[in-house]
Amino acid sequence: MKAEPLVRIKNLSIKYHTLEGEISALQDISLDVKEGEFISIVGPSGCGKSTLLNALAGLLEPSAGEIMINNQRVKGPTPLVGYMPQSDQLFQWRTIWKNVLLGLEVQNKVTPETKAYAAGLLEKYGLKEFMHARPNQLSGGMRQRVALIRTLAINPEILLLDEAFSALDYQTRLLVADEVKQIIDEEHKTAILVTHDIAEAISMADRVVVLTRRPGRIKSIHTIELTCSVKTPIKCREAPEFRQYFNLIWKELDINVA
Amino acid sequence: MSLDLTAPRDVSLDHLRYIREKRAYKQKVRVCQVLLLIAALAFWEIATQLRWIDPFIFSSPSRVINTLISLHQEGNLYEHIGITLYETAAGFILGTLIGTAVAIILWWSDFLAEVLDQYLVVLNSLPKIALGPIIIVWFGAGASAIIVVALLVSVIVTILGVYSGFSQVDPDKVKLLKTFGATKLQVLQKVILPASVPTIISALKINVGLAWVGVIVGEFLVSRAGLGYLIVYGGQVFRLDLVMASVIILSLAAALMYQAVVYLEKIITR
Repeated sequence: MKAEPLVRIKNLSIKYHTLEGEISALQDISLDVKEGEFISIVGPSGCGKSTLLNALAGLLEPSAGEIMINNQRVKGPTPLVGYMPQSDQLFQWRTIWKNVLLGLEVQNKVTPETKAYAAGLLEKYGLKEFMHARPNQLSGGMRQRVALIRTLAINPEILLLDEAFSALDYQTRLLVADEVKQIIDEEHKTAILVTHDIAEAISMADRVVVLTRRPGRIKSIHTIELTCSVKTPIKCREAPEFRQYFNLIWKELDINVA
Repeated sequence: MSLDLTAPRDVSLDHLRYIREKRAYKQKVRVCQVLLLIAALAFWEIATQLRWIDPFIFSSPSRVINTLISLHQEGNLYEHIGITLYETAAGFILGTLIGTAVAIILWWSDFLAEVLDQYLVVLNSLPKIALGPIIIVWFGAGASAIIVVALLVSVIVTILGVYSGFSQVDPDKVKLLKTFGATKLQVLQKVILPASVPTIISALKINVGLAWVGVIVGEFLVSRAGLGYLIVYGGQVFRLDLVMASVIILSLAAALMYQAVVYLEKIITR
């Protein structure tokens, strides 16, 4: 393990400006993420979870503080970071194969090697026969897998998952979360998942970060240690500690049903 | 739209009956369409034969057919059709191309879009035909003036329609591309344009119709050649047979051109 963390967020604050005034979305966030770690970020809606992810993706300038990836200050989108959107966002006018190559095309990195890598991922995760299909011919779960492979094709170090499963129905969601976690582990990637689903956060993560209501600050960080024989999100939900973590985080989120 | 009504094998009797009923219904629609046309033409013919209406003013199917035959024999009918077709095709292709190009510029620069917004609203509500006389002075009384009129009629609608199509492209798709580090040109090429193909095709469909309006009015004004010229000339010399014959050719040509665009749509969207 490297001495320096892969991602270092230091005193990050982000404000939005509108004509009506300024909104402080995030305040003084500091967090280190080690290589290979899986971090889940939960918080009440509107707490700035997605803002944090946008900043990590290099789409937003911090108002104060900084984000370092591999000791490099994040100034814009970098190939080190792969972003996986809320719904799969596959382009219907492209075949699955062309969808997978999208990131490489944009970064002008379509070479025989990168193509072979992308094709290898498709094959490894059972999508080879659908290479020439269109997105609407695939099931929701398969589409999500394609979306993940599209992100992996640029070979990023860090994956940002923005409520990546929220568009799926419950059963598919559990299965896809399982698959995605397995793929991320196999490819040895670091991942940061933003979600409003506490169970999902706990079942997938090494650590769960709880944010407060706006302006989002870090309320607590929980290191998740579950005793389960097989380390998959679905199995982990059966661990005896699962409920305790769930109750703890649920209380911390302090969600009032008004 | 053609429904596939061929019966697959191994289906239940219920399903066969359903298919038969659907097919019979479709046939009924077709038969009624043809009957309606025949009835209208027959009534028109009889009414003029029996002098309920004056064939000199109302013309009649037989007189229209005779006119068509003599126009065909004189031979310059096809020249008129050709000119009008050329002007219309040029007008609507240019209208679509220029309109889409301007929409791209507006999408590129939010500032420009906001500056020009009010002007586009005014130009959109202005009846472009009113500019006809000015256009003829500027471009000369000929085909180019007519094409410009047809272009003007369709270009503003295209700009507004295609630009709003661009703006409605899912922002998350654009965001995805930005996370890959895409430039604005790449966003345009890889998301905005392909996602807007349906919008552009529907603009094309609207423009075919609008270009015909522009061309016919242009030909009314210029009065040199074309179907519009035949119509206005026929009206002036009181040859209503010629007017009716031209209108019939015109409607056939317009329908054919529209079908051509629909065919194009099928090829592109598959």
